Amino acid sequence: MDDFVWRALIGGVGVSLVIGPLGCFVVWRRMAYFGDTLSHSALLGIALGALLNVRPQVGIISVCILLALLLVGLQQQRQLASDTLLGILSHSALSLGLVTLTFIEGLRIDLTSYLFGDLLSITVQDLYWIYGGGGIALIGLLKIWKPLLSMTIHEELAKVEGVAVGWVRLVFMLLIALVIAVAMKIVGMLLITSMLIIPPATARYFAHTPEQMAWLASIIGSIAVTLGMVMSLHFDTPAGPSVVVAAVSLFTVALFWTVLRAGNR
Amino acid sequence: MPLIQVHEVSVKFEQHLALQNVSLNLNRREIVTLIGPNGAGKSTLVRVILGLIKPYSGMVVRQNGIRIGYMPQKLHIDAVLPLTVARFLALSGVQQPEVLRNTLAEVGVKTELLKRPLQQISGGEMQRVLLARALLRAPDLLVLDEPIQGVDVNGQYELYELIAQIRTQRGCGILMVSHDLHLVMAATDSIICLNQQICCMGHPAAVSQHPAYLALFGARAARDLAFYSHHHAAEQELPVKKFENIIPIVPAENLPRVPR
Repeated sequence: MDDFVWRALIGGVGVSLVIGPLGCFVVWRRMAYFGDTLSHSALLGIALGALLNVRPQVGIISVCILLALLLVGLQQQRQLASDTLLGILSHSALSLGLVTLTFIEGLRIDLTSYLFGDLLSITVQDLYWIYGGGGIALIGLLKIWKPLLSMTIHEELAKVEGVAVGWVRLVFMLLIALVIAVAMKIVGMLLITSMLIIPPATARYFAHTPEQMAWLASIIGSIAVTLGMVMSLHFDTPAGPSVVVAAVSLFTVALFWTVLRAGNR
Repeated sequence: MPLIQVHEVSVKFEQHLALQNVSLNLNRREIVTLIGPNGAGKSTLVRVILGLIKPYSGMVVRQNGIRIGYMPQKLHIDAVLPLTVARFLALSGVQQPEVLRNTLAEVGVKTELLKRPLQQISGGEMQRVLLARALLRAPDLLVLDEPIQGVDVNGQYELYELIAQIRTQRGCGILMVSHDLHLVMAATDSIICLNQQICCMGHPAAVSQHPAYLALFGARAARDLAFYSHHHAAEQELPVKKFENIIPIVPAENLPRVPR
């Protein structure tokens, strides 16, 4: 196999390992739209990164964090519901990003690769980002795992039992921002949320504890990335969408398997 | 010293005054039941006592180092979260199997229930599991928000009996919110009747005859107010509770009438 295939495989699996457990919380806490909003803002991050002459990942993380903080601030007012706020932020960030990009002279970026991912062009430096950033995110998630789970079940009960709810929520948002920046290259900003949601949803059919669901999601995500990459290589299909198609195929199999098993009882 | 002293607490939401000048004490070995119509601020008062809401004015003094066990009103867990009863209880932070076994026996939950998903247990079982989670922390004060909600009538009697027993055996203070006026148990040492402010408080029998209570709930409610009479052998072991005088804070005629 060529080097670029190995890099794609190692990078893709690395992202899947961390995005699975984090995605479980996105599913449990019903934050799918939040993930979408953060990933849509990534383009603005890339544009700002280019303007300030820093790496795209730095730009993406900064904009994601700013957006998360902005959302927390906006949620203090009571006139507009959270999903309305997210809708405003999501689409304005995406459009602002697209508009800003056209103003940057001499910048030539492959927009499609950012929108839909470019798994097969992963560089060694990308791998450092994936394993460095992903490792930090995974350690962070392990640290807040128990309090986060507790407040996902009942926030006030967790608070009475001594969980610093505000801090844990903030750290969780930062971890999502970090993972989105890291995962951009794999499936692209338009499809990141699918990797946050489909593997955990598939894992749910087999899991009996939260922890089981988390590591199953990691494994299922890794399989999806591998299958998607093989498909992309053989049929010359776009990498990101191929990974998502593989993931959703696994989900469908799990769904049918569960329905059939229930029917046989 | 009381476990918790609530001192002239008022709570404001936007322009609306949810609680006005509420003062009360919670002591060890004492069961206090909070009653009041919908929107009276019962849950708000509970949240202030738990430290979840900061009062607009007044203060809550908590005895140093006390632990509070909280049983929330209801717990809805999405089916997407795979969670067994055992895992839910472990989140309290108490891991010793012996403590867990004893607490389960205390609330009458069979150990077989531990392996079941939390979403698949009955309403009565859920209330007992929630109670167990609160008790696992060995609380000095137990706060129960509508503990008999979603439980059938027999189960309600059993739960009240259980709560009385917990007080006798553990000697913790208990604050309980009750929505159901028809079933306030005799083991309650004092009832606080709340409607933004404390209308009256004291021993159940006395409160049920108090003009402020009658004005709030009507004479029919007072007639219907069934005191759950039960026989607990441990009564003698408890210090004899002196009947507190009722403290009328607001004259009855000044209270809003509740349409019936």
